[in-house]
Amino acid sequence: MDEVVTRALLRLVEVPGLPGRAALITLDNGFGIESAHTRPNTFGPAGLASLDAALDAAFAAGPALVAVTGKPYVFSVGADVTAMPRIRTAGQARGIGRLGHRIFARLRDSEVPTFAFVNGAAMGGGLELALHCHYRTLSAGASAIALPEVSLGLVPAWGGTQLLPNLVGIVPAAQVIVQNPLQQNRMLRPAQAYELGIADAYLEPADFLERSLEWAAAVVRGEVTVERAEIDRSEMWDAVISYARQQLDERLHGAAPAPYKALDLLELAKTASFVDGTAAEDEALAELALSDQLRNGLYAFDLVQRRAKRPVGAPPAALARDVTKVGIVGAGLMASQLALLLVRRLEVPVVLTDLDQERVDKGLSYVLTELDRLVGKGRLDAGKAAKLRGLVSGSVDKSGFADADLVLEAVFEDMAVKKQVWAEVEKIVRPECVLATNTSSLSVTGMAADLVHPERVVGLHFFNPVAVMPLLEVVRAERTDEATLATAFAVGTALRKSCVLVADRPAFVVNRLLTRFLGEVQYAIDTGTPEEVADTALDPLGLPMRPSALRELVGPEVAAHVGRIMHNAYPDRFRLGPEPGGVGHPPLTGDQVRQRALDALAEEIDIMLDEGVVAGPQDIDLCLILGAGWPFHLGGITPYLAGRR
Amino acid sequence: MSRTVRDVVFVDGVRTPFGKSGGVYANTRADDLVIRCIRELLRRNPQLPPERVDEVAIAATTQIGDQGLTIGRTAALLAGLPKSVPGYAIDRMCAGAMTAVTTVASGIAVGAYDVAIAGGVEHMGRHPMGEGVDPNPRILAEKLVDPSALVMGATAENLHDRLPTVSRDRADRFALASQRRTATAYADGKLQPDLVTVAVRDPEAGWGLSTVDEAPRPDTSLEKLAGLRTPFRPHGKVTAGNAAGLNDGATACLVAAEEIAAELGLPVAMRLVSYGFAGVEPEVMGVGPIPSTERALRMAQLSIEDIGLFELNEAFAVQVLAFLDHFGIDEDDPRVNPWGGAIAVGHPLASSGVRLMTQLARQFAERPDVRYGLTAMCVGIGMGGSVIWENPLWTR
Repeated sequence: MDEVVTRALLRLVEVPGLPGRAALITLDNGFGIESAHTRPNTFGPAGLASLDAALDAAFAAGPALVAVTGKPYVFSVGADVTAMPRIRTAGQARGIGRLGHRIFARLRDSEVPTFAFVNGAAMGGGLELALHCHYRTLSAGASAIALPEVSLGLVPAWGGTQLLPNLVGIVPAAQVIVQNPLQQNRMLRPAQAYELGIADAYLEPADFLERSLEWAAAVVRGEVTVERAEIDRSEMWDAVISYARQQLDERLHGAAPAPYKALDLLELAKTASFVDGTAAEDEALAELALSDQLRNGLYAFDLVQRRAKRPVGAPPAALARDVTKVGIVGAGLMASQLALLLVRRLEVPVVLTDLDQERVDKGLSYVLTELDRLVGKGRLDAGKAAKLRGLVSGSVDKSGFADADLVLEAVFEDMAVKKQVWAEVEKIVRPECVLATNTSSLSVTGMAADLVHPERVVGLHFFNPVAVMPLLEVVRAERTDEATLATAFAVGTALRKSCVLVADRPAFVVNRLLTRFLGEVQYAIDTGTPEEVADTALDPLGLPMRPSALRELVGPEVAAHVGRIMHNAYPDRFRLGPEPGGVGHPPLTGDQVRQRALDALAEEIDIMLDEGVVAGPQDIDLCLILGAGWPFHLGGITPYLAGRR
Repeated sequence: MSRTVRDVVFVDGVRTPFGKSGGVYANTRADDLVIRCIRELLRRNPQLPPERVDEVAIAATTQIGDQGLTIGRTAALLAGLPKSVPGYAIDRMCAGAMTAVTTVASGIAVGAYDVAIAGGVEHMGRHPMGEGVDPNPRILAEKLVDPSALVMGATAENLHDRLPTVSRDRADRFALASQRRTATAYADGKLQPDLVTVAVRDPEAGWGLSTVDEAPRPDTSLEKLAGLRTPFRPHGKVTAGNAAGLNDGATACLVAAEEIAAELGLPVAMRLVSYGFAGVEPEVMGVGPIPSTERALRMAQLSIEDIGLFELNEAFAVQVLAFLDHFGIDEDDPRVNPWGGAIAVGHPLASSGVRLMTQLARQFAERPDVRYGLTAMCVGIGMGGSVIWENPLWTR
């Protein structure tokens, strides 16, 4: 894909109170306000060349100051990641590092004061450009400030690892460069960035540029002096690095090189000269740019940015029916969480039902308490909360479902119980009312089999906790019609979930794979491998948790239930326990356990793709990333598996 | 219930540099111009808690698009004023801002408000005169108004017809003087304190900053003016050079009850004495300021000789000269538009009234010997508006 060039546009500007003119450079890729966040300013070779030329012209004009700002809402979000796969050699990577370094250094080495007026989102190389400037103003309206490179498998390689710790200290710098990217790519709000010391002046968006220029003129005149915090370069710095390395080991066990490299660079920043530090960044880039983990990270990033938002196989959105009222069967914790999510995002009447009033009241109480809590935390407007409270209701009888457009069932995981629920509900609802089941393992087709209108039945498999986990497995049963499926996807989108279309096969995607995976580890233990060996065998993958922790999180009952179902479906691959009369299996080494677990995964995935459970391996990866938190550096799992061969 | 009428004072005024239509503000929203003014007013007067603003009255002639949506209220919200501060939109074409001032001032006088913001904006590039108008056919059918009344330049030619002593040459000389006085005022730093800078974006060139009026032609000459064509009538007298152009800009000012200004520690730049609006034949709208001034003088029990400084809007040289001739004031009288006028800086329709007031206020500060000043302007569809002010620095 050709580079979308972010041009650097130069204007020489008179500023009242500035002796001489200001050279104001605007970064603009030509896309308008409506696509500010889908087409933000990025840096590629042509964009950097444009900046280089603008700096030439700016300095040649003999200005009193040089300032860089962005287009509405976006300063710059850094290097164009879509260009990264084109880097084939260490030399190319080093070249990109050096190019950015050389050009940005012009702002740092300038004899004329330089300013970054950070008017909008500033991430990666965009923030690094700003860090090279002598001074920074920041708009309270900027959406996000971050150095997210580590989340992809890179490091901030255009000066960020050297400049940031020496500006704000090692603790915040490690937070921004290493910790945040590994915690769902958390980013800073502008107020937080200002508090850390990333910017020198914090200004309101309405007249941000006017006030920035005014402030800059005052700085140049000497009327405003900028004070920077004293940086602690004692042994504290090294202690922080070493503690951070320990944390990484505990979490990643060395599975991904990027965060470790970032720590190495942060360590260097304490004493190295800028020249040496930036040279080290070039080397780090050269190493990481060709790594599997980066390739996998870019693949995962692309999945999460694009495929997650346009699910493959979803029917045209126009077929979706409006959902103006929702009924829920079951008022347990899962159902209550779903009720809260539905009322918050859809803002339509939601009717909770259950077997007795006590259960109903408990479920309703959960929702109302959560709403209060959100208001208390300032995350929900009091007026909106009042509206939502009025929309949610509970009842023992289901007559309120008569005019519902969607009824979601979250009752006990038993086919007979679910069929009985649907039979009862079908008598009450309209023929077009979508009946959705949150089952994690039972057949949706089976559940719908005896209904008069099975075509409006669909599976909506949410993940726990519902408020946090982004994945929604949308299950198409044998008879599910297009309108019902479209409605399911529309609801998923309205709930801000990432939807993946799955066929009605046992345990769908995430639970099936995790069960197979865990089952293999358990089998090793059952046949004589020490538990400790088996449990730590997968550490080199850097998964979010060890098998024992995962099993504990899922709960023995649920694990057993799913295990039974999978065994019934595929007895050869999903074992129930130690084989009867199993004799003298030699204990396996960690490596062997890992190989077998990965082979099992690979096998299961191949079978699932053959069965048509999902459209392609990308959906497998998307499900594991968004539903099980599997890491970017594995690309979910299939790129890693392919890479083994 | 007995009621006391309170004195109203002009605390402070600001304006954006005025642009030429299609020029520096081509990519700037009209509401953003007046929002900038409101924010700057508040910033310059930190003693005023924002929640003490009781009304925001903003004028615009064409209240569509970025000049619509009850601009006084939306601009107040976007400027960061609390939601508790109400606002409205008002229109009297060229005298929009002036009418905003007199209206809130009346409210202050009667005790409905303590403090108010009044101003105006016109982006004539985005909203040309006459955008969206739908004149009632009776206007022509019943000959209520002469068709020429709807074209401002034609009314200026009509005025020349009625006043043979106002020649093309006199008009051009007055225009030249306006340009020269504006240039001198800029050189002396008289106008810059009123200006708020405005960030302007050009999609091809990037961000820039508007800091000075775009329209002035300090290097013009009588020869150049004399050579201009007369677009409103063949062999006429009205040219682009002896009239104000088509401009974009905004103004805003702070008015308050005098006792409240004292309580809040706000400076007092001028005290409102009286105002008057009057209607005249629409086809010679330029004479409007004559009867409106006579009304204001009568109300104030003053005569024209009492006026020590004049800020007269220069929509057309002919209408200023008509006013001066009527009142027997020499066109070179140093009391009249000492810092130039609309012919040089421009006339974004609804905004100009507050520009006149702000300039008069600055002149008062330099001239404690002057007691009374007049801001006056002509208005389309045949009106005039006048406000008489007293200098708080004047002592007997």
